[in-house]
Amino acid sequence: MTIAVELRDVSRHFGDVRAVDRVSLAIEDGEFFSMLGPSGSGKTTCLRLIGGFELPSSGRIFLHGEDASDRPPYERDVNTVFQDYALFPHLSVVDNVAYGLRMKGIGRAARRREAEAALAQVALGGLGGRHPGQLSGGQRQRVALARALVNRPRVLLLDEPLGALDLKLREQMQVELKGLQRRLGITFVYVTHDQGEALSMSDRVAVFNLGRVEQVAPPRALYVQPRTPFVAGFVGTANILTGEVATRVLGGAARSVSIRPERITFGAPGAGQLGIAGRVADVQFHGATSRFEVEADGVRLVVTLANRAAAADAASPALGDAVELAWSPEAMVELGTGEPS
Amino acid sequence: MTDAPRRRRRPGDVVSTFFYRRRRLYLWLLLAPPLLWFGVVFIGALLALVWQSTYTFDDFTMQVTRDLTPANYRALFASTNLDIVSRTVAMAAAVTIACATIGFPIAYYMARYTRGAWRGVFYVGVMLPMWASYIVKAYAWTMILSRGGIIYWVVDRIGLRGALDGVLTLPYVGGSSLSTSNLGRFLVFTYAWLPFMILPMQAAIERVPPKLVEASADLGARPWQTFRTVLLPLAFPGVVAGSIFTFSLTLGDYIIPQLVGPPGLYIGTMVNLQQGSVGNLPMAAAFTAVPIVIITIYLWGARRLGAFDAL
Repeated sequence: MTIAVELRDVSRHFGDVRAVDRVSLAIEDGEFFSMLGPSGSGKTTCLRLIGGFELPSSGRIFLHGEDASDRPPYERDVNTVFQDYALFPHLSVVDNVAYGLRMKGIGRAARRREAEAALAQVALGGLGGRHPGQLSGGQRQRVALARALVNRPRVLLLDEPLGALDLKLREQMQVELKGLQRRLGITFVYVTHDQGEALSMSDRVAVFNLGRVEQVAPPRALYVQPRTPFVAGFVGTANILTGEVATRVLGGAARSVSIRPERITFGAPGAGQLGIAGRVADVQFHGATSRFEVEADGVRLVVTLANRAAAADAASPALGDAVELAWSPEAMVELGTGEPS
Repeated sequence: MTDAPRRRRRPGDVVSTFFYRRRRLYLWLLLAPPLLWFGVVFIGALLALVWQSTYTFDDFTMQVTRDLTPANYRALFASTNLDIVSRTVAMAAAVTIACATIGFPIAYYMARYTRGAWRGVFYVGVMLPMWASYIVKAYAWTMILSRGGIIYWVVDRIGLRGALDGVLTLPYVGGSSLSTSNLGRFLVFTYAWLPFMILPMQAAIERVPPKLVEASADLGARPWQTFRTVLLPLAFPGVVAGSIFTFSLTLGDYIIPQLVGPPGLYIGTMVNLQQGSVGNLPMAAAFTAVPIVIITIYLWGARRLGAFDAL
């Protein structure tokens, strides 16, 4: 595998703020790579550094092995799908899509043909004559995608492209984006704060926090083997036992562990299992699952149970019940200090 | 639970409620004064002006009679009057282009790179010249541009006197000195109307999302291409708005043409002459119609070119 995008020790400072702080990443050719993190974690700045809209304060950026650190956006072989699409309001949809080809000096007829083909690719054939203002949010999103893809970039940067869409449309677009990426074989670098989105689409995910990369891993590994408390808490829900409680429950030296809510069961611990006693402090019904918060030894543990049959629900604990929680040792993941390695 | 503290009723509440229930009446009350002002004072006066431009002026008695005649408009097409119109329009066009060219970078900088106090400094800087008396500034410029003025002094110091004299020998542009040349008049007009160009352009540029400039660069456009294909088309309504100011101000001005530049009437000085010295109000009114027609044609053309599509 060749490396499509590489960041070597890249920092970007805005005054005293270290938006991106000594980040090193290698994104493989053809990979669906997500950068996940809360707002202000540096993921978008990182994308803008790759796109050339920001230049690094220090460190180098390589695109397909070439040093592109100081190149302006128009000299980089990458295209961006912007968060709010950034379509040109004075141009028709087809002229928007053909814009990149026009800048390359391709003739009117040829670029029109390619733009129409790109629009067909995102299921927008026949809408080329409209203006962006006449399209729905989902359609604008597709135009932005077509406008980037028509240039046949080797790397496509996507900055929270689905952020403005409603839930159903977002789920549908996730499937389409992933399918498109697989079909075209283009490297996707995808910025999102939605961990579900990152987990469901990506080949690998980089979790950002405070300008630094906490962990880079495939989705499953990220979920099952989070390396830091931040990753455990940000990707999915985690019960983190630390300090005194951890010592008491686990015995032995102080350490931090994470337990996923679905790995905990109600009832006395069986042979070889660990457990803790507490009181149900909150019950939420979520349809397929129910979510319980149990107060135990001054910490709140989250437990999720699948809702199977109506009869079984009657047996599930109610608010205020005294309960025991149990889990197997292999459900626990030991966490590092939070310092990225 | 105790009741939340309630607002005491005040006498004005009755009035507020009355209007709240009668939105339409409220709207009419709000709109009536400006509509009256606009309709009667502005449009009405304009119509009266056009109407009176068809009155007859008797050359012998020097009296205006209410006999309607197309003679004043026919007189506009006399070659001396056409000269006045074309001279004024050419100057207005040159001043407009100069103001747009000089103003755009300033407006762009203000819109994109200034915040808070620094932006305030720019606003004041752009508008400060407008606070001083216009006639005083025009007189000041006659001094600045005259032989022995600061421009000649600077040009002498940097050894470009030959070049300046060379430029002043050019037809149309030149004259015996800067203060009596069309070039000088052009400089003063450009100085005087520049703020009227910068402010609407700044407002228009500010409305162009910076993301669009980034998107353009992302799609391979070099800065000049981005300017030509994205920034300028989107900011063009502001350029047109500014150019209407610079254009119509030049077409109507009668001070600067009298103080700076070569002899020869402008539309503004002609109107001044006709109504002030001659007392031929109908002819003055006919001349006033010229800028209105020109601006109308200009706006129509701008619209046809798609200047307002982005609005």
